[in-house]
Amino acid sequence: MTAPASHGTRWRAVPFPPGLGMARFVLARNAAAFRRSWVLLLSGFVEPVFYLFSLGVGLGALIGGVRTDGGALVSYAAFVAPALLAASAMNGAIFDATFNVFFKLKYQRLYDAMLATPVGPRDIAVGEIAWSLVRGGLYSAMFLLVALVAGLVRSWWALLAVPAALLVGLAFGAVAMFTTTFMRSWQDFDYVTLAIQPMFLFSATFFPLSTYPEALQWVVRATPLYHGVVLERALLLGEVGWGLLWHVGYLLVLGVVGVVGTSRRIATLLLT
Amino acid sequence: MTDEVLLEARGLTKSFGEFVAVDGIDVLVRRGEAFGFLGPNGAGKSSTMRMVGCVSPVTGGRLRILGLDPAVDGAAIRARLGVCPQQDMLDEDLSVEENLWVYGRFFGLSRREVRARTDELLEFAQLTDRRHDRVEPLSGGMKRRLTIARALVNNPEVLLLDEPTTGLDPQARHVLWDRLYRLKREGVTLIITTHYMDEAEQLCDRLVVMDHGRIVAEGSPRELIEAYSTREVVELRFEDEQQERHLGSVEALAERVEALPDRLLVYTADGDDTLAALHGRGVRPLSALVRRSTLEDVFLHLTGRSLVD
Ligand SMILES: Nc1ncnc2c1ncn2[C@@H]1O[C@H](COP(=O)(O)OP(=O)(O)OP(=O)(O)O)[C@@H](O)[C@H]1O
Ligand SMILES: [Mg+2]
Repeated sequence: MTAPASHGTRWRAVPFPPGLGMARFVLARNAAAFRRSWVLLLSGFVEPVFYLFSLGVGLGALIGGVRTDGGALVSYAAFVAPALLAASAMNGAIFDATFNVFFKLKYQRLYDAMLATPVGPRDIAVGEIAWSLVRGGLYSAMFLLVALVAGLVRSWWALLAVPAALLVGLAFGAVAMFTTTFMRSWQDFDYVTLAIQPMFLFSATFFPLSTYPEALQWVVRATPLYHGVVLERALLLGEVGWGLLWHVGYLLVLGVVGVVGTSRRIATLLLT
Repeated sequence: MTDEVLLEARGLTKSFGEFVAVDGIDVLVRRGEAFGFLGPNGAGKSSTMRMVGCVSPVTGGRLRILGLDPAVDGAAIRARLGVCPQQDMLDEDLSVEENLWVYGRFFGLSRREVRARTDELLEFAQLTDRRHDRVEPLSGGMKRRLTIARALVNNPEVLLLDEPTTGLDPQARHVLWDRLYRLKREGVTLIITTHYMDEAEQLCDRLVVMDHGRIVAEGSPRELIEAYSTREVVELRFEDEQQERHLGSVEALAERVEALPDRLLVYTADGDDTLAALHGRGVRPLSALVRRSTLEDVFLHLTGRSLVD
């Protein structure tokens, strides 16, 4: 398939290879490399579990109940668990799409080697992001299991919590990888941390949206993690409604924009 | 060798901003040929190879590979090429054999095809006993052989080799040349860039000499030497300051003289005759070496510069 001429010369000059299917070979490459470093998987899983028990269970014992934005009264642990699920999906995807991708792009020249084959920039973008979703999905499933055992899951809707976590991973992974293509050095990653930290703390993760002043509520609503948190909380607590589709749409659009942006940037950087 | 043209470039140009790296070159390569791009650092060899490899858009001119236009059929062309880039770019997170499997899959080969091919290629690269090792600790020569083996995983019709032996010791170079001969005998078209005249003379049926993005000469190694050099060369070294003093008398006896910082290159049909005549005139160099003309001399004549700097 050749991109339409309206995309400008670069896209005419170096067209996408046929179909999306090649991305799975990029995925397979990562799986082969990962077999040697599966211990890393543990750290991504352990962190949110620690948070859950220290904050949710420990701090929760002091707090009593929380009234959600949906109106229900739940234990603090049940309130925080879905937010931690969304945040761990975010963190997992971002870690993979920033540090790992930067190393492959700048030092390993992995993508240069791939582009010499029929694999194209979009296959790389899709394959890499799909890989961070596989990892993120594993983390989420394990976390959900822990939450279930701890009695924090109150609805069958929770079955959709893992797909929802994948959606969060897609949105953050894609945008993070796009951002990574602009990084010049490892120092630039401090900006990523700078953006993530406040989002992690203030996206209605640890307290309900209604506790923020009106003006700040709008800021919170604009952050992508907020949409992930609302989605997961609704699913785990069973407060499901059509309004959730808006959050799904937000994350989906972010993901698609990220993937398209990333493949263009890879072409700009490497097909010179 | 058949008459089928596999690579056709006309007025091929590559610019990076204002800078013109490849300046309107014309090249034809036929199936089964071993074709070389010879030139010093920055001549535009890699830039040309990257355009041929369909990873660098053409700025101007016409380029056809396997009869196809890289602007339209880049992926289809890449599927039939093997590329050994100037830098190895092996996957250091994977083992030797995984490098071959994973790369083969990028060409859409089935798992079974890839495994069968891997055994052959490990044999070819003499890496069978290292197949389970990580790539990182391999020697430079082994990595280079693995890179070439990897480039062959899809049974390419054309193999692009960008400085295949730079940085290797003489023994490793000879092993690689031997592998490349074998490929050529099997009918693979080779397109090679190199700084090394001996490499070009050994491997290439035909070559172009590039300088500053342009082609300055074209032909077989033999033709180029005949056209641009003499049969023999006498290399004279003098004590400090003496070279300058003798330059005049040497020039009177030779077809042409190149003065390098550390020696004089005297171009002549018969080196021993010339040397005797010089002795007759009282020229007493520290050392004198008579040798056959090489592509290095051609290059020096064409550009006034030494190839390896
Ligand atoms: N991506 C790029 N952006 C800007 N300039 C470039 C780029 N790639 C190559 N050049 C310039 O183009 C010129 C030709 O480079 P090229 O790598 O093609 O030379 P070469 O003949 O392969 O040299 P070498 O023997 O050192 O490998 C050089 O001056 C180089 O600096
Ligand atoms: Mg080069």
